[in-house]
Amino acid sequence: MSVEVEPQTNGAGAGDRGPLLDVEHLRVLFPVKSGAVVARTVGHVHAVDDVTFALQEGETLGIVGESGCGKTTLIRTLVRLIDATDGAIRFRGTDITHADRKQLAPIRREMQMVFQDPQASLNPRKRINQILATPLKIRGVSKDKFEAETRGLLDKVGLQPEHLNRYPHEFSGGQRQRIGIARALAVEPKLILLDEPVSALDVSIQAQVINLLEEIQDDLHLSYVFVAHDLGVVRHVSDRIIVMYLGKLMEISPAEELYTKPIHPYTSALLGAIPIPDPNENRSRVRTTITGEPPNPINPPAGCRFHTRCPRATEICSAVEPQLTEYANGHVAACHHPQNVTASEVVSATRSDASPHSAGDERPST
Amino acid sequence: MSADGPGGASTDGRLLEVQDLRVSFRTEDGVVQAVDGVSFGIDSGEVLAVVGESGSGKSVTAMTLMGLTRGPNAQFEGHAMFDGRDLITASEDDLRKVRGAGIAMVFQDPMSSLDPVYRVGDQIVEQIRVHDKSISKAQALDRAAELMEKVGIPRAGDRLRSYPHEFSGGMRQRVMIAMALSNSPKLLLADEPTTALDVTIQAQILDELRTLREDTGAAVILVTHDLGVVADIADRIVVMYAGRVVEHGTLDEIFYDPQHPYTWGLLGSIARVDRDRSQRLPAIPGMPPSLLRPPKGCHFRPRCPHAFDRCTEVPDLTARLPDAPAHLDRCWLEPEQKRKLRQVGDQIGLASRETVIS
Repeated sequence: MSVEVEPQTNGAGAGDRGPLLDVEHLRVLFPVKSGAVVARTVGHVHAVDDVTFALQEGETLGIVGESGCGKTTLIRTLVRLIDATDGAIRFRGTDITHADRKQLAPIRREMQMVFQDPQASLNPRKRINQILATPLKIRGVSKDKFEAETRGLLDKVGLQPEHLNRYPHEFSGGQRQRIGIARALAVEPKLILLDEPVSALDVSIQAQVINLLEEIQDDLHLSYVFVAHDLGVVRHVSDRIIVMYLGKLMEISPAEELYTKPIHPYTSALLGAIPIPDPNENRSRVRTTITGEPPNPINPPAGCRFHTRCPRATEICSAVEPQLTEYANGHVAACHHPQNVTASEVVSATRSDASPHSAGDERPST
Repeated sequence: MSADGPGGASTDGRLLEVQDLRVSFRTEDGVVQAVDGVSFGIDSGEVLAVVGESGSGKSVTAMTLMGLTRGPNAQFEGHAMFDGRDLITASEDDLRKVRGAGIAMVFQDPMSSLDPVYRVGDQIVEQIRVHDKSISKAQALDRAAELMEKVGIPRAGDRLRSYPHEFSGGMRQRVMIAMALSNSPKLLLADEPTTALDVTIQAQILDELRTLREDTGAAVILVTHDLGVVADIADRIVVMYAGRVVEHGTLDEIFYDPQHPYTWGLLGSIARVDRDRSQRLPAIPGMPPSLLRPPKGCHFRPRCPHAFDRCTEVPDLTARLPDAPAHLDRCWLEPEQKRKLRQVGDQIGLASRETVIS
């Protein structure tokens, strides 16, 4: 890899306090091919379908949803590992949706990713100091400072200097994830996208890595986008949370409120499905479980994508895609029949600008 | 000494009684003592959860009961009495009789446990007919459809002809459960049956397991690391750490009066969905020991902030609470001390070393 060191810094938006990351009507469709000789496109997987949100500096945004909801595709698209079909991604005001490799280089320095499987995302044939050297080179650190820098990085993630000469296979899962984090930190990013960073780890190690991520964030004033299917972990780390279902944004809410006052029935269903590690609370809890499985994303249901499994669904839900409605506290949900909101709250709610283009104008009713 | 498992002498009524099971594997680097003196019992209709992290020996224990860990490099000691047979010393032929109708197993990864080139109906039929040759193929197919229906697979009759890849993860796990149920086992061993599944599907599978237990009276040994799942379905819990049982008690005893520091650490480490964001999780420092060279004495000693001189001596697994004779643990601390030490803020957890010293 011959990644050139970019001498000029990204000056755009240095003064203003706009959002760090701004995503508008983002769509990612994967073509489905069929045919023996000539492959024709017979349909599309609607992985991410018209998603709009913004991330403020220093914020942690959680993204949750079941497998296949598009959460991983979404963050991979944000770092341009996958190309967007439609829509815009702006980092500090600079549109990077179609930026080429050279234009992306300075932005990738500010935007790093930590992957789910620490085993698969570290080169097994390189020692840790080699793994950490590449990002340092990209940052323009001179060779004689490498030693001190790598030691500093290891210290930051709770590893010892003697680990520098070891290979990835000599580490446990938790330690490997720490190396993945150290590698992301090496270029001094502003934003780290974490794709299920702890789901491959044991509970006691999970807690260590979560604590580590929070400490680093406090120290370095980082922003995180934290993708996970474990709603407990997401509650613990996030400031705001996005709930996705079949490529669509279902609800965005301040973290606490999502758990105490879920507006979308899908969110309640997700929360209800999680067993609480407390026998008494489990016994006393009234749970709304949902039946069935998510439908096929190649041919998603019309109207609200959740209507096939939703206990509150009526006729309108299968006919009209709900708009994203903004309630108090920046709590946004895409549902015709919201719950946990009063009639007056519904009246004073407004249509959110983040609503998909295909959504109808119908206002929600309780 | 009442160190030998719960209830001591009342072994005769039990469906399965594991006594002082030891499993070791010879490897290039030395002998790994994967299971180091594990004892527990289970009655019909009971759900026993075996909880622990990777490397705690929970899966090896379950697989040993099925005879799946046998090999030239494996060595076994102890007993596992099931239906008048010792599963540890039983011949392969005897074990084959036990598998299926006696004990069935559901594995974690439903994709790699189903054969990708056979239709699922045929795989269930094979399982039924291996154990009962008097059943015709047509009868067995009917039974397969019935079983798939029972575990919540829609249009079961049609789906018999599908291949595993045509099913989603949750549906494959249902097929595995249907297969395990095909010979009406008395004991179901479920090794992380819901770990690979989404939460909404996990809730459905747990419901199936509950119904199954109520309908058939089968006993279930659930191997898992997820304490939420345990709180949802288990009657009793065995907590394992580095090859040993460190605590054994009823659901409420383990959650509300845990006696072993490792259990406190496990309970404290969970980021709970029903709790406000706290400052930091009281995590367990360090990592589990290598079973090639386990620490002397209590295996948890190197990570335990409450360790003292006596911990270099292995504590017995025994009842230390006067009012709970079946609540066993392996820790030298006094119960009174424990009640104080395990309180971290407003929850149970493992205190950090700094706060213990100061």
